[in-house]
Amino acid sequence: MSGGAKLQVRVAEVVEVNDLVKRFRFVSRDGSLLPAFSGGAHTVVEMDDHGVRRLNPYSLMSDAEDRSGYEISVRRDDQGRGGSLYMHRHVVPGMEMTLSYPVNLFPLDNRARKHLMIAGGIGITPFLAQIAQLTHFGGRFELHYAARSKALGAYMDRLTSAHPDRVHCYFDDQKQVIDLEKVLENQPIGTHLYVCGPKGMINWVLSTAEAMGWPKQALHHEEFLAPGTGLPFTVELAASGKTITVGPTQSLLEAMEAAGVEAPYLCRGGACGQCETVVRKCDGTILHRDHWLTPEEQAANTKIMPCVSRFEGKTLVIDR
Amino acid sequence: MSLDFKFAPDDFGGFFRDETFRDTFTYRNSDPRRFPFPFDRDDYMYSVNMEPHVPGRKGTAFEHMLDVDEHYIAEMIDRAKVLAEDPLRCQSLPHMTLAGWDTLELIMEAKARDYPQWFSLTKDGNRWHWVNRPLGIEQSFTFLDESTLPYPPFEYIMRQTQGDWTLQDERDGTLWMDAGIATSQADWSVDFDVGMNFHEWHAPVPLAHEKGVFDRALKFLLKLQHGAPVRRFNWTMTVNPLLDTAPETYPKWGPSKTTITQENMGKKQHLRVELQSLYRLPRSNAIAFDIRCYLCSFEQIVTVPKWARRLHRVIRDLPVELATYKGFIRNRDAMVEWLSQYDDGAPTSPGWFPDD
Repeated sequence: MSGGAKLQVRVAEVVEVNDLVKRFRFVSRDGSLLPAFSGGAHTVVEMDDHGVRRLNPYSLMSDAEDRSGYEISVRRDDQGRGGSLYMHRHVVPGMEMTLSYPVNLFPLDNRARKHLMIAGGIGITPFLAQIAQLTHFGGRFELHYAARSKALGAYMDRLTSAHPDRVHCYFDDQKQVIDLEKVLENQPIGTHLYVCGPKGMINWVLSTAEAMGWPKQALHHEEFLAPGTGLPFTVELAASGKTITVGPTQSLLEAMEAAGVEAPYLCRGGACGQCETVVRKCDGTILHRDHWLTPEEQAANTKIMPCVSRFEGKTLVIDR
Repeated sequence: MSLDFKFAPDDFGGFFRDETFRDTFTYRNSDPRRFPFPFDRDDYMYSVNMEPHVPGRKGTAFEHMLDVDEHYIAEMIDRAKVLAEDPLRCQSLPHMTLAGWDTLELIMEAKARDYPQWFSLTKDGNRWHWVNRPLGIEQSFTFLDESTLPYPPFEYIMRQTQGDWTLQDERDGTLWMDAGIATSQADWSVDFDVGMNFHEWHAPVPLAHEKGVFDRALKFLLKLQHGAPVRRFNWTMTVNPLLDTAPETYPKWGPSKTTITQENMGKKQHLRVELQSLYRLPRSNAIAFDIRCYLCSFEQIVTVPKWARRLHRVIRDLPVELATYKGFIRNRDAMVEWLSQYDDGAPTSPGWFPDD
C-alpha cells in the first residue's frame, strides 16, 4: 500500500511556540495507545487543504515512551508550497487527521560511546525525541543548538534546564557561532555525530568532520527537501496509460495521486527511495532534487524520484 | 528467579502433545493439513517471494501473527535442553538490549491478543504482569528494567517462543545480525554469524547472488515499516523430526542421512519448512526475523494428493546446486523414487492449500 500503514488521529492540542513555530499534539481517535517509535523517526501528515491533498513529513519530537500522543513542531514557511501554512492557519484541536506509521531515516547508532548532536533552527525536533530516549536508557550525549535569536530558539529553555551540562546554545543575532573544530576535537573515540538543520549547516558540519578524519560511518544527517516549485510539465505514465500535467506548486508524485494513479512512497522528501521510478523515455532534462539516486544514476536519466524531482523538455515517459 | 516449567499433558484439554524431537522421536502432526506446505507450483527457484504477514486462513499456521500449535510445550522443553548444553546458542550484543525489549513486547502482546485462553498481559504503566499458562509461568516485571527478569529480555521471551529469531541492527545502509537464538535451525549457527552483515551471512547461498536476489531483498527490507510485517518461506530436508540440526552438533545428526531406505523413507524423511516473518521494531528501529520451523514426514505429506504430486516434481527437477546446498543431494534420487509412486502425472492446482 502506498505510504504503508496509517494511524487515525485527532488533534488534541495546538501550541504557539514562537513567532514561526507551532506545536501539534495528536492522539488516536479510538483512545488506543499509539505505536512506540525510535528517536529520529518522522511521520507523514496527510492534509486536505480545501480539496488539495498535501502530505508532509515531520520529525516526531515527543517522548517515544509516551504512547498517549505524538507531537510535531511545524515552522511556518511563507514562501513554501502551502503545507506549513495550512498547518498553521487551519489545523485546530478536535480535527481528525491521518498520519503514517513512524519511519526512521535518522536513527541513533546504539553502539556509539557518545552521541554528538548539532541542530540548526527547527532541526532540533528529531533530537528532542532522541534525547528523551537516551535519558531513559542512559546514553551519553552533547547537543549544540544554533537559532537565529533567543526568541526563535524553540525548546531551548526546556533542554537547558533538563540537561544544563550537555546543551550549548548559540544565537545568530549575537554573532555566536559553534566552534566546530574544537567541539569535534574533544570527543572520545566511538562518538557518533548527528546533524539536522539547513543545507549549508549540514554541509559545513559534515565536510569539517570529514576533513578532520572522522569515519564516514560515524556521520549522520537528516535533511528533508520540500518538493520545490517550478514550471509546469507533462509526463506520460506508461503502465497506467495516462498523460498528466504537473502544476507549478505540485510534485510529480502529487500529480499522479491526483490522477488516481497508485504510486509507492514513504518520506516524500527525496530520502527514502520508496518512490523510485524507471524512466522509459527522456527527451529533455530531469531536474533531480533527491538524496537517493547516486550522481551516476542521476546523470544516466534512467530513474526519477517523483516526490521531489521535476522535468524540463519535450517528452518524459515513466514506468508507473 | 528462574524459568522452570513442567509439562502436565492432561491440562488444556490434551491440546499440547507430549512428544520428543530427539532420541525416541515421537513428534508427529495430529492434522497434516495444517502443515504450511511451501510450494505453490510444481517447480522451485530462489526468489525474494515476500508477502504481507497478515492473518490468514482459519485452522492453518497463518491464522494468527504468531502460530502457537500443539508442539509448543514440547518445543520449549527441547529448547531448554539445547540451551543447557550450549548457552552460546542465544546471544545478544550489548547495543541490542532495547531491540530485545521490543521483541518481548511484540510477542507478549500478540500472544495475549490471539490466545487469551493461554496467555495474558496486564500493564500498569511500566509495571507488567505476564501469565503463560501452558508453561506455568507467572511474572511481574518492570518493562525496560532488566534487573526484574530472570534472563535478559530477549532470552526470557525466546524461552517461551517457538522459532529461531535473529535481531538485525540497521546501520551503514545494511542489516547486522547482532542478536539471535537458534535451537531449531537448518544447519546454521548464531555463534558463527553474530555480528555479520546481510551480505556476509548470505554469502554461502548458491545461485541467488547471480540473480541479484540479495541486493533486492536488502533494499526491500531496509524499507520495512513498523506495523507492516512481511513473510516468506524457506525449506529443506531433515532425517527424523530433529529440531536442532546445528553445525555445532553435525557429527551427532549428520550420519543419520545414511540410514534412509525405501522402506523407512515415509516415516524418517521429513520436509522441513521455515515460515519466516520480519518485523520492524519500534524503539530500536531494528528488524526482528522469526524463522519458525515446521516438520512433516513424507508419509504424512502424501496423505494430501496435491502435495504428494507436487513434492515429487519439485524434488525431481531441483537444480543440483540447491539440493547440495540444502544437504540432501545424497538421498535425492531415493526421495524421487519413493515419491514417484504418489504422482500419477495429473495436473495440480495453483497455490499452497489442499484442493478439498
